[in-house]
Amino acid sequence: MTQLRTSLALDADSPFHVAEHHPENGTMLGFWLYLMSDCLIFAVLFAMYSVLGGNYAAGPAPKDLFDLPLVALNTGFLLLSSITYGFAMLEMARNRKQATLAWLAVTGLFGAAFIFVELYEFAHLIHEGAGPQRSAFLSSFFTLVGTHGLHVSFGIVWLTTLMVQVAQRGLTVENRRRLSCLSLFWHFLDVIWIGVFTYVYLMGVLR
Amino acid sequence: MQERSDLMQALFGRLTLDAIPYHEPILVWTFVAAAALGMALLAYIQKKRAWGTLWNDWFCSIDHKKIGVMYMVLGIVMLLRGFADAMMMRAQQAIAFGDATGYLPPHHYDQIFTAHGVIMIFFVAMPFVTGLMNYVVPLQIGARDVAFPFLNNFSFWMTTAGAVLVMLSLFVGEFATTGWLAYPPLSSIAYSPGVGVDYYIWALQIAGVGTLLSGVNLIVTIVKMRAPGMTLMKMPVFTWTALCTNVLIVAAFPVLTAVLALLSLDRYLGTAFFTNDFGGNAMMYVNLIWIWGHPEVYILILPIFGVFSEVVSTFCGKRLFGYASMVYATVVITILSYLVWLHHFFTMGSGASVNSFFGITTMIISIPTGAKMFNWLFTMYRGRIRFELPMLWTLGFMLTFVVGGMTGVLLAVPPADFVLHNSLFLIAHFHNVIIGGVVFGVFAGINYWFPKVAGFKLDEFWGKVSFWCWLVGFWVAFMPLYVLGLMGVTRRVSHFEDASLQIWFQIAAVCAVLIGLGILAFLVQIFVSIRRRERLRDATGDPWNGRTLEWSTASPPPAYNFAFTPRVHEQDAWFDMKQRGYRRPVAGFVPIHMPKNTAAGIVLAGISLVCGFALIWHIGWLAAASFVGLVAGAIAHTFNYDRDCHIPAEVVTRSEDRRTRQLAATGA
Amino acid sequence: MSARFPLRLSLLPPIALLAGCQAVVLQPSGDIAAQQRDLVVASTVLMLLVIVPVMVLTAVFAWRYRAGNRDAAYDPEWSHSTQLELAIWAAPLLIVIALGALTWIGTHTLDPFRPLSRIDASRGLPAEVKPLKVQVVALDWKWLFIYPDHGIASVGEMAAPVDVPIEFDITASTVMNAFFVPALAGQIYAMPGMQTKLHAVINRAGDYEGFSANYSGEGFSDMRFRFAGMSAADFDRWAASVKRAGGTLDRAEYLRLEKPSVREPVRHYARVTEGLFDAVVNLCVEPSKMCMRDMMAIDARGGLGLAGIYNVSRLAYDQPRARSAAPAREEYVTALCAVGPEATAAPADAPLYGFAVR
Repeated sequence: MTQLRTSLALDADSPFHVAEHHPENGTMLGFWLYLMSDCLIFAVLFAMYSVLGGNYAAGPAPKDLFDLPLVALNTGFLLLSSITYGFAMLEMARNRKQATLAWLAVTGLFGAAFIFVELYEFAHLIHEGAGPQRSAFLSSFFTLVGTHGLHVSFGIVWLTTLMVQVAQRGLTVENRRRLSCLSLFWHFLDVIWIGVFTYVYLMGVLR
Repeated sequence: MQERSDLMQALFGRLTLDAIPYHEPILVWTFVAAAALGMALLAYIQKKRAWGTLWNDWFCSIDHKKIGVMYMVLGIVMLLRGFADAMMMRAQQAIAFGDATGYLPPHHYDQIFTAHGVIMIFFVAMPFVTGLMNYVVPLQIGARDVAFPFLNNFSFWMTTAGAVLVMLSLFVGEFATTGWLAYPPLSSIAYSPGVGVDYYIWALQIAGVGTLLSGVNLIVTIVKMRAPGMTLMKMPVFTWTALCTNVLIVAAFPVLTAVLALLSLDRYLGTAFFTNDFGGNAMMYVNLIWIWGHPEVYILILPIFGVFSEVVSTFCGKRLFGYASMVYATVVITILSYLVWLHHFFTMGSGASVNSFFGITTMIISIPTGAKMFNWLFTMYRGRIRFELPMLWTLGFMLTFVVGGMTGVLLAVPPADFVLHNSLFLIAHFHNVIIGGVVFGVFAGINYWFPKVAGFKLDEFWGKVSFWCWLVGFWVAFMPLYVLGLMGVTRRVSHFEDASLQIWFQIAAVCAVLIGLGILAFLVQIFVSIRRRERLRDATGDPWNGRTLEWSTASPPPAYNFAFTPRVHEQDAWFDMKQRGYRRPVAGFVPIHMPKNTAAGIVLAGISLVCGFALIWHIGWLAAASFVGLVAGAIAHTFNYDRDCHIPAEVVTRSEDRRTRQLAATGA
Repeated sequence: MSARFPLRLSLLPPIALLAGCQAVVLQPSGDIAAQQRDLVVASTVLMLLVIVPVMVLTAVFAWRYRAGNRDAAYDPEWSHSTQLELAIWAAPLLIVIALGALTWIGTHTLDPFRPLSRIDASRGLPAEVKPLKVQVVALDWKWLFIYPDHGIASVGEMAAPVDVPIEFDITASTVMNAFFVPALAGQIYAMPGMQTKLHAVINRAGDYEGFSANYSGEGFSDMRFRFAGMSAADFDRWAASVKRAGGTLDRAEYLRLEKPSVREPVRHYARVTEGLFDAVVNLCVEPSKMCMRDMMAIDARGGLGLAGIYNVSRLAYDQPRARSAAPAREEYVTALCAVGPEATAAPADAPLYGFAVR
């Protein structure tokens, strides 16, 4: 892994120095570490939900509120967006700029659809009176799901930015690295959502 | 207070003229003094025409060395503030007995102890530790900078923005009156309706972003950028401890971020996480904040253990005893630090088995810590100990820290904790480990690495004055607190009835002044050293006969650190090179690829500061505008692809030739 | 360098002496606190076994291997010794094993939830003795003690007969406090909406100081009370005098008492409304509030569904008791649709709130 690209142009036999040393780029490792820290934030929110999720404060419970088919549709959007992002990365590997951009656009649209449905769900709940202030259960529900939604929204902003940059400068080394980072981020959010969907929605309604 | 018009409400949120504490003489005078000092500083910069240098070469610098120095300066400035708070508390407690209520009303006193804790941990100890790591780690591993130089600059300015917010709370509004961890329900909107807790939340959130990013940055630096040949088990111990600390930062700070975010949702949106109503659970906050809080104390102490390891082996002129067990001990402490958080609240009633579990895991941490202590001891054994300043601080640490460690283990025995928890015994304990450990270590580190930073040593006389003031001051100021704790006196009390306690508080107050003299002597030491720099000059770059790579380059090191990346064969790489008759290359230099300076970090952190301020005072439009500005600024920054430059070979040659001449002049 | 060590040693004895004559933690008057003191002393001694040698060795090595001493051996490459390293890991390990055993046993025997098994070190617990029940409420910023068996209550003062086990039920009205009488026993948190317990006994008659050991806001410093240990006869006289004082602690009076105040004078009540402490723990002293217990019972059965959505003013405990004028908030809607009594009535086996109740 840590193949050090060292060229020993001069002074090559010095036991003390290398003439030029290019350490491997650490962006992916750094970004991965950031994701792990983000994962801990979600871990705390999941922990809060698991402790407070049963405290309905004599109000509505998951089975009174959640519309599973809608959430399943939403889950479909997000999972599909992950697949289309994968296609974008494949096209990037083939060095096809337009195709990459097209798949990124599809990914962004799926993401936007996800956010739209989530906002609709939130608006509906708040309209019914089941806002985040109603009970500890709803506080932790809105925070967990909302934090995920914020991440996806941020991902869409990032994706749009990257599309502009790829369009401007093509699939340069920097842009490829950035696309890879966003790829990690996007799939990470997918994994988190699977946790949310199972733990919050499915188990909430079945409980 | 008359009703405010809707327009004023919309423009200024909760901010009114009443928020300026012009009716409090202490704060007015503080403001006058701070303003005078600030003006003097600005005038001095103006006189020196240093604005351009300051902005271009420092504030926008992404050189890890300059950022490290700026962290240290931040730490020193905030130390003065934190210490002023400490003196005010000592003075109040020394006089507020019986009918005398002292000079601080509870509302003011409560802010002071909260601010003291927050400042000392987040804005003194953290910047000091981060500053040392930032400066030293890349040099020790033979790298030219950290992995993400821009992020490094940004991290520093975010930390500073947090510090600025805390300082702002002195003169605009108030700070939290909740204690440094702001336990709910006390910190909830119902029982702390003012802006104090909001200042607390946003200062820590903004600074927390900086800390987290600098953690990620240094891990990647250490993992990816070591010089060829430096395997993990050949890394200097300080780098090892820095690695473990940064792993702890990345694994602990997100918990703080999350729990403070939940508290702010409770306060801003009326959610029910930690409230009494609607099924909230305040105990969750206490658990979560300590899941961050306990690793935090190891974040502070581990790199300091590293400093002592470097200092002991250098000044004993001897290889560090038990390098491997030192490394394993560090790793074990890193892991165990996550399994002990509940010992901060045995008295919450978790039941005997849970309490004993966390008590015993806490004791287990003392095993690797004890092993470290013995390793330093046996490094001294059969050494040639030079009692230079760093070594003095190290010995002071060894004799002080063991006592703090002992009282710590004592507090880990739950039934003992029931009688000592929240008492001044506890206060004495953690000051014993934080002053005796972290602060002494920071001073050891400053005295040790200063010649590398500045090119001249620190003055020895004033260094010794500072050391003895601190050491004696600490012992005599905090021993009375141990005694008071055993007399059943609780922390955070601003007024007492029992007159028999007073003498102990008076002793503590007098000796706190001695610590103050220690801080003063340290400032004098720096001032005097700068004045006498020619006499204290070290041209060799290796004033202590050092053992690690930072001593192989010039003092101060050139921007690129190393003209050629060193090749490592052994632990104590530089010592090894010297043993093998190392000859410095004097020709054949090549251009060096370096990152470019940028103003993006300070600008983005400045916008974050405005955003935090707007949120604290509920100024909606400003919060929204600054948030949008922040996102837009970050995006704009990503459109800047022109981030590198090359230092031309001629420049490298010129600076290396200068060093060659210097070395020749000293006869080295 | 070496001068510092004797200097500090010379400081220790006077500190120990001065501490000895008035340190309540080291000289308590109750059996629980005495056992806790014993544990403090025993662990300290155990740890000194390793601390003292380390301090002595530090001083000795520092002096012996100073650079000026050319007689001392110098071995710059010596950095490893398997035996020595085993020893330096083993020594603290052994101490921790001993201390861990002490901790496990001590923590279980001195668990504040555990009823006493003895009066003091020499006397067991007579079978016929009935513990004195005391219900403690940490208010802003004073202490309320209810004696359910006597039907009396007292603010800012508590009395107990010597050598009689006391069973405390502890809670708080708004924020966290800690109930602490150092002469009697270690502290335990007092938390709103939750109940903790403490079992203790006072062995010597006298006046002792009690206070809150956990910071709770503005009036915290003066949140002190007198804890009086008395002979059985004196205690009966005290209880009778409280009875004679008159006054009733009913819900209305409690709600008046609960309002934040500092340095409240000692106050006695001859009568206490039945179930008041229970209502305090469940945050439903105000009749318009739903008891936490009932809320939890409803939640355990799956909530009240959409019908219960607007049932919020009955659950807002903090808002009406806010410490100073917080901006009025719109989200606290009063009940729009009443819930039938069957929905809110508690089943007999409803769990109390919090884990602290056994």
